[in-house]
Amino acid sequence: MQVTLRVFRFNPETDKKPHYESYKMDAEPTDRVLDLLEYAKSYFDGTLSFRRSCAHGVCGSDAVRINGRNRLACKVLVKELKSKKITIEPVLGMRVIKDLVVDMEPFFEHYRSVMPYLVNDEPPPSRERIQSAEQHERFDDTTKCILCACCTTSCPSFWSGEDYVGPAAIVAAHRFVFDSRDRAGAERLKILNDSFGVFRCHTIFNCTECCPREIEVTRAIGEVKKAIASGKLD
Amino acid sequence: MTQYHKYDVVIVGAGGAGLTAAINASKTASTAVLSKLYPTRSHTGTAQGGVGAALGNIEEDKPEWHTFDSVKGSDYLGDQDAIEFMCQEAVQTVYELEHMGLPFSRTPEGRIAQRPFGGHTNNITGKPVQRACYSADRTGHMILQTLYQQCIKHNVRFFDEFQVVDLLIEGGVAAGVVAIEILTGELHVFQAKSVVIATGGHGRIWEITSNAYTYTGDGVAVAMRRGIPAEDMEFFQFHPTGIYKMGILITEGVRGEGGVLLNNEGERFMNRYAPTVKDLASRDVISRAMYLEMRDGRGINGKRYLNLDVTPMTVNKYAIEDGRTKPDGSPYVVTAEEILAKLPDIIDFARTYIGVDPVSEPMPVQPTAHYAMGGIPTNMFGEVVLDKENTVLPGLYAAGEVACVSVHGANRLGTNSLLDIIVFGKFSGLKAAEYAREVNYQTLPEDPDGFSRQQLDGILNSNGEENAADIAREMKDVMFDHVGVFRTEEGMQKALDKVLELKGRFKNVKTADLGNMFNTELLNLWELGNLIELAEVTTVSALARKESRGAHAREDYPERDDVNWLKHTLAWMRDGNVELDYKPVTITKYEPKKRVY
Repeated sequence: MQVTLRVFRFNPETDKKPHYESYKMDAEPTDRVLDLLEYAKSYFDGTLSFRRSCAHGVCGSDAVRINGRNRLACKVLVKELKSKKITIEPVLGMRVIKDLVVDMEPFFEHYRSVMPYLVNDEPPPSRERIQSAEQHERFDDTTKCILCACCTTSCPSFWSGEDYVGPAAIVAAHRFVFDSRDRAGAERLKILNDSFGVFRCHTIFNCTECCPREIEVTRAIGEVKKAIASGKLD
Repeated sequence: MTQYHKYDVVIVGAGGAGLTAAINASKTASTAVLSKLYPTRSHTGTAQGGVGAALGNIEEDKPEWHTFDSVKGSDYLGDQDAIEFMCQEAVQTVYELEHMGLPFSRTPEGRIAQRPFGGHTNNITGKPVQRACYSADRTGHMILQTLYQQCIKHNVRFFDEFQVVDLLIEGGVAAGVVAIEILTGELHVFQAKSVVIATGGHGRIWEITSNAYTYTGDGVAVAMRRGIPAEDMEFFQFHPTGIYKMGILITEGVRGEGGVLLNNEGERFMNRYAPTVKDLASRDVISRAMYLEMRDGRGINGKRYLNLDVTPMTVNKYAIEDGRTKPDGSPYVVTAEEILAKLPDIIDFARTYIGVDPVSEPMPVQPTAHYAMGGIPTNMFGEVVLDKENTVLPGLYAAGEVACVSVHGANRLGTNSLLDIIVFGKFSGLKAAEYAREVNYQTLPEDPDGFSRQQLDGILNSNGEENAADIAREMKDVMFDHVGVFRTEEGMQKALDKVLELKGRFKNVKTADLGNMFNTELLNLWELGNLIELAEVTTVSALARKESRGAHAREDYPERDDVNWLKHTLAWMRDGNVELDYKPVTITKYEPKKRVY
């Protein structure tokens, strides 16, 4: 089948403002959108720039907007898309560096701000710490996050103010707040209780809908809100 | 304008090995990590099934068994002192990961869960042992995340999206590296007392591969350009179960949970090739069996794939046949829910990419280029060694897939790559910091960024007619056809001729992007140059080795030849040509014997 790839283009060294370019090509229904981008870069325009690495939805490099929705380009097949015209744009809410490449630094800054690491200064046992399967299950879902930024850059609250830590950072906090081995839950909840924290979330569910790892993001945010309100981690 | 930096320890690469090195080095030395990707994008994150350590959480196990299994898995080419060291350290190192917060799956007693994996056995019974410590089927993801989190906690200095393009050596001592900052296109010279190379593998040489786009052998290529040899490059692992045509990895954990490989007659053919451990034989053995099945017309629908079946009905049927039991002695029975819970990502990949639901139908799989056993030669402390006498290059270290210790020999066992990165990442980091405490900075060579500029300008000024994607495709095709699971003199010679032709054509490549900012084309072309060189080194090394051992299986020399070939290959790139020499294998406790599964 023939498809048309319509791609957002911006070269900071030569362009005053962005524009779109279209590339017509043959595609198999089972092609990934990333395959099409690679083809366009290889055979139409070598200057087309985007990030990618693993090409099967695990590394989180290639979050872009495909026909208006945040997706990983390597995890969307041509046959899933209704239209043969495929529009690819950078994710929203972050500064565009070049074409589909955005500045990820603010995103990782928010991630780092929530203490995304296990805190436990008690001397560890000689073997592993004991954690029941149920205790592990409590935070299992949020350990799947690959920091692709699909969720954060789909969030209207983030668009309206990039000081909001955003869903991905809250997911990272959730992963530790509900880990039975961690001892810094209260500190993290305090961080997330400030004006740029978790209460900026208005349960719009964009994050949950676009998460390529199928994490129940809104639910995780809700659990963090509840923990702050109740002062309890249950 | 080139910028200059100075750190005691510079680590190149931010996957599992680089991050583990960083955590350990940064305790006592000023440390910088340079990575062409954001660290969490690294290929470690794609590892699935588990990390090997004889914790004995479910059944009896011991590091000695793990050692022997790895020696046997390596087809006796692994250095036994290093393998023993790795398997002994495995237990403590896995506990350290747990203490860092790694969310392992758990046993009913709350301990780290373990599953069977290929080639890992109870040495008394010969039956599979549960040694792979896992976190569902995303163990690599959890290791990468946990290590990165610890680096944040310890304020490790990262230079994200910095591509290292040269290694600086002055007076025979490491002096630093040169990197291009991808965002700006500027060069940066990092002066360092110790340099740790941890850049991963080079599976992108082959057409069907589980490897990331960015797995382009940068570390080995950079080192070879500075006169360092590459060891055992002919040994590259083809993982038995990649998704048909795409190569995406389907973990061996699927077979650990009871999945089996079936041919077009519905026969569990591994019964014939490995009667004791069957579908849990080591990877080289299974990949060869699959090729033979397909050659003899038993591929599914006559095509180049076989079925990997993990539906509960099939699993339970063969569990009875194998007499497999649960830890409490009751028969091994799985439900669809349990499969979903233990292999969520595999289910997701199969549904997404091939529209197959693995709990109700089999997955089409074929062998996929997966892992470099070879690489930069090191000793068991991660120190890079230069020759058959194992002379150390002071200040230079390598760890993880880029390195060849050698703990994997001619064939790596599943779960030993994650183990390799955490054990040798740790010891190379500690050693690098210890060395940095003892020495002063080596003077930088004259014009330190000259060679980097020359390489990059060469690409930017290349205004030929050759399309890089065509060159890459031709290389991948010929390497997959002729330097793959089975090899012959004739086929490999054909591949070498082609690769040399491509090497010539690459000099005439067309470059479109002449910009400074985020020039991914420049980087991709530089990476392609690395791949072509490593394809050449791989093929020359493979042509010379006239025997079959581990992943190097020759139809014209089908037997292992310990009299002539129980030795490591060393390959140098000199004046554009590959030169070979050999060094002995370290054998301590285990005399080579015939390898039967």
